[in-house]
Amino acid sequence: MKKYSVFAIAREAMRGHKGWEEQWSSPEPKKEYDVIIVGAGGHGLATAYYLATVHGITNVAVLEKGWLGGGNTGRNTTIIRSNYLYDESAGIYDHALKLWDGLSQELNYNVMYSPRGVMMLAHNVHDIQVLKRHVHANRLNGIDNEWLTPEAAKEFCPPLNISRDARYPVMGATLQRRGGTARHDAVAWGYARGASARGVHIIQNCEVTGVKRAPNGSVTGVETTRGFIGAKKVGVVAAGHSSVIMDMAGVRMPLESYPLQALVSEPVKPVFPCVVMSNTVHAYISQSDKGELVIGAGTDQYISYSQTGGLHILQHTLDAICEMFPMFTRMKMLRSWGGIVDVTPDRSPILAKTPVPGLYVNCGWGTGGFKATPGSGHVFAHTIARDDPHPINAPFTIERFRTGRLIDEAAAAAVAH
Amino acid sequence: MLLIRCPYCEEERPELEFRNAGEAHIARSADMAATSDDDFEKFFFIRSNPKGIIYERWRHMHGCARFFNAVRDTVSDRFLMTYKAGEPKPAKLPGAFE
Repeated sequence: MKKYSVFAIAREAMRGHKGWEEQWSSPEPKKEYDVIIVGAGGHGLATAYYLATVHGITNVAVLEKGWLGGGNTGRNTTIIRSNYLYDESAGIYDHALKLWDGLSQELNYNVMYSPRGVMMLAHNVHDIQVLKRHVHANRLNGIDNEWLTPEAAKEFCPPLNISRDARYPVMGATLQRRGGTARHDAVAWGYARGASARGVHIIQNCEVTGVKRAPNGSVTGVETTRGFIGAKKVGVVAAGHSSVIMDMAGVRMPLESYPLQALVSEPVKPVFPCVVMSNTVHAYISQSDKGELVIGAGTDQYISYSQTGGLHILQHTLDAICEMFPMFTRMKMLRSWGGIVDVTPDRSPILAKTPVPGLYVNCGWGTGGFKATPGSGHVFAHTIARDDPHPINAPFTIERFRTGRLIDEAAAAAVAH
Repeated sequence: MLLIRCPYCEEERPELEFRNAGEAHIARSADMAATSDDDFEKFFFIRSNPKGIIYERWRHMHGCARFFNAVRDTVSDRFLMTYKAGEPKPAKLPGAFE
């Protein structure tokens, strides 16, 4: 792997940019690997990267049915924050947030992590109580989060309408200053480049069609559209399709897959300094470095794998955006799209061993998995390498739905479920 | 937006009138207190989440307000049929190959 630097840019400028190498190789699959990761999204690639760098396991294949980072990694609204209510969630999301800081340097790849602040709005008394509770819980867990008056919120985000006549009056807000955004594609590409340089095989256009198990029940490999590939350990990181893959291994999951939509506007000059989210009116918005407003809508109410959603869902979100930010009422929207998100009953992810020996699963991130990408990959690599969960992901078992030790973050998610 | 046929109103109406109510044909145990943890987990949390044909419940919230069942393809979102609550799971689907 040739290091990217200002000197590399200068050198290539002199040579007509003919010396850049491919960021990752596309090898033919081998017959057998130590570990197979199903799904080359951010979480899967991060897992492979940390298997190689932290645990020295480089005989790894990442199988992807489409193209790298083409699922929810390329479809999300790139928001990063860790202001979750419960200790378990605070642990895993803040672990990720700490890794975001410095990730560009670690990967030698600019992931454009921008801690521009994430503001969450309160529109009624109940919101104030819930958000203040979050502030206190976060601060007890050492996570920065503060309460802002409407005036302070307006000062931090000038486009915000804090008029008392607004349909959704702003009665206050929380602010996590370390929260922000990152360039989602670069995250997948940076992890892919780092993993590939250490010998990990990234195999695109290779769909898993079956999971093979030995008579004693343990995993022996996967059937794919490019033939059988053996491995003693298989990690499933397939987002909305996780339950489909797990079904192939005979494990039924507490998951439901819903379409989640987002949209972007035409690009404009910098007008929006931070990320603003509102659970109550169901809208969140930020501005990308290209200038587009990036707006997240809600999930549809029914299970679907269609990667599209209802137009009324987008309309509902845009109604709210226009109420809160009247300056955007005449903005043109350019594109909208849908991704399929896998939602657990308690809205917390599952990162765990499974009842099948050698099979591991990292799923259930629902509507907010992007922010966790580095932390999720880091602890999931630990779980696979040691066959034992990292203390941070130990609570995120599948068994919690039998024992009742749920991590009930339904109210903490940015999207009403 | 989906167009959904309510089997009670016998009309196709926009999705906004309806609420999805999850997977159909999950029977609640008559004696919940005697249900084992494993069985309760299956009843309460485990869902089939199929990529393909799904049997699901809908409620015609802003119409007759009654629950009914539907068969839908989760890849195309096309409804194959709807039928009244309490009717058995259809043995044969319209348009299915036999």
